[in-house]
Amino acid sequence: MELVLSLGIGVLVGSGVWLVLRPRTFQVIIGLCLLAYGVNLFIFAMGRLNTGAAPVMPKGGFVNPDAYADPLPQALVLTAIVISFATTALFLVVMIVARGLTGTDHVDGKERGEP
Amino acid sequence: MIDTLSPEHLIIAPILIPMFAGAIMLLYDDRQRRAKLTISLISAVALVLVAAELVSRAKGDPEISGTAIGLYLLGDWPTPMGIVLVLDRLSALMVALVAVLAIPALIYSAATWHKQGQHFHSLFQFLLMGLNGAFLTGDLFNLFVFFEVMLAASYGLLLHGSGSLRLRAGLHYIAINLLASVMFLIGIAIVYGVTGTLNMADIATRTTVLLPEERSLIHLAAVILGIAFLVKAGIWPLSFWLPTAYMAGAAPVAAMFAVNTKLGIYVILRLSMLVFGAGAGASQGFGANVLLIAGMATIVFGVLGVLASQGLPRIAAHLVVMSSGTILTVIGFALAGGGTAMLSGALFYLVSSTVATSALFLLAEPMSRDEGGIAAMLALTSDAFGTALPEDEETDESPGLVIPGTFAILGASFIGCVLLLAGLPPLSGFIGKFAMLSGGLNPSGLGLGTPDWKIGVFVALILLSGLATLVALVRLGVQTFWAAESEPPRILALEIAPVIALIGVTIILTFQAQAGLRYTDATARALSMPSVYIDGVLRAPRVAEQVEQDQ
Repeated sequence: MELVLSLGIGVLVGSGVWLVLRPRTFQVIIGLCLLAYGVNLFIFAMGRLNTGAAPVMPKGGFVNPDAYADPLPQALVLTAIVISFATTALFLVVMIVARGLTGTDHVDGKERGEP
Repeated sequence: MIDTLSPEHLIIAPILIPMFAGAIMLLYDDRQRRAKLTISLISAVALVLVAAELVSRAKGDPEISGTAIGLYLLGDWPTPMGIVLVLDRLSALMVALVAVLAIPALIYSAATWHKQGQHFHSLFQFLLMGLNGAFLTGDLFNLFVFFEVMLAASYGLLLHGSGSLRLRAGLHYIAINLLASVMFLIGIAIVYGVTGTLNMADIATRTTVLLPEERSLIHLAAVILGIAFLVKAGIWPLSFWLPTAYMAGAAPVAAMFAVNTKLGIYVILRLSMLVFGAGAGASQGFGANVLLIAGMATIVFGVLGVLASQGLPRIAAHLVVMSSGTILTVIGFALAGGGTAMLSGALFYLVSSTVATSALFLLAEPMSRDEGGIAAMLALTSDAFGTALPEDEETDESPGLVIPGTFAILGASFIGCVLLLAGLPPLSGFIGKFAMLSGGLNPSGLGLGTPDWKIGVFVALILLSGLATLVALVRLGVQTFWAAESEPPRILALEIAPVIALIGVTIILTFQAQAGLRYTDATARALSMPSVYIDGVLRAPRVAEQVEQDQ
């Protein structure tokens, strides 16, 4: 499972970085989305990997922490997803406006070679 | 329950006041600008009052450390578990700085800018909320959340007034900041994975007892987090976006953005002194040399940028970069154990240079109004947004009056800014730079100790940057004031009053320099003793426990 997860994060982040460095706004935003997915998985993995363990512990009595998943990274991932979703949506709006106003989807607002 | 309103709740007020003010204003129609302006100003004045009280509260017993740590437990969870707000001298100072900058920027916006787009005042308040929250929080993930609040508002504000230049700058600004946020999250995740905590004070205590293999991981996290913050602080290889973005922003927005870079600097200062400061064991002083070298490179970049720039907004943006570089270099020195006197001077310089660059951004637009560039941009934004050109109505409906002898007042304000930024006497810019240089050249008290060659390079760069600032600004002043062919521009009292107010702040700072330096001295001392902060956060009892004890 460790291998699958790390490969997944690696592929997501790798393709994200590649796309972010491309000149078209659409590629950049897809790249940012992929990066955000990779990072969310990474935060999740930082709570240590285990299968079939609940993150919520019963109240009172002795609790064996090994039998439970760490709830904090899950909460962090939730927040990170919401924030990256909102900022990506905002970025998308700015991109559409830029496309309409400049007439090109290049990130610099003009094609290469244009003044 | 009367004790639910006990005075310790004041710590959260700098976050709640702008949040409610911004939210209330969303309910108003966008045409009721006067009502919105009133609410905004009330909120900003309230912030100044709260900040003044917080500053006086942060001053603790001078015999012990001179810093009282104010702690606010959200939800009254015990400290390392829940999110905390922490008030110390540094955060109180930064909150006060934000509040002082907000009022002039708002007054300036009342002249024309807040009519150029929607929701200006709400976004402005959310920006203040994000800044204050980031300065006050004691939790790494909460810091991320407030960073995002601040950034989301700043995206909106940067695009305020639209126009294709702003849009292009905004596109780059948003993309770069989203990438920086991704780095921020990766760093947080590694820190949590290694130390198992997100509370800054707790992270600092746990870093001291790490195994060697875990230590390299925390160093990796520090590097990744550092990149995220240094992008915001505008350090040299990562600052290419900054001049264009700050130049493109509307004047009051750029004036407020002057403090955004200081947020990056604040976080670097806070986290590095806390986690890699004195008593950090094998990690002590980690990253100091990077900050030193990159900071000095940033000063050089700023010098070149200032000399090469044509317009005032671009010069002002490069001055922001230069001031970031100066302070980051001093943080590098302080982290390497360079003594507190220099850091104290740098904090004084931070306040003075931020106020001065803010004034310069406000001055830039009236000064270059006739030169076509900004006038054309204004016309363009009015077209794009569908508002009538404000030029004719302005004088009829706005409460301001057209000042005679405009050039005299503009020129005097400009000279004030030049003196402040170049670090010439008599204004506070000189005192800040002097305190920094004196601290650097006398590492172990006045007249004691020999400075090493790095300090020499730094001194040379500081003097050089002052000279470059002087050359660039005087050249521009001569062009604008002496070689002007056209009539003086029409300036509203509303536009020049904030500039004069900001310069007035620095004059007060000059006369009260002793009190100011005493404050920054104690701040720097407390920063160089991480135990003050750590004990203040981790040893504090919960409210419920306190109530039990009292009974």
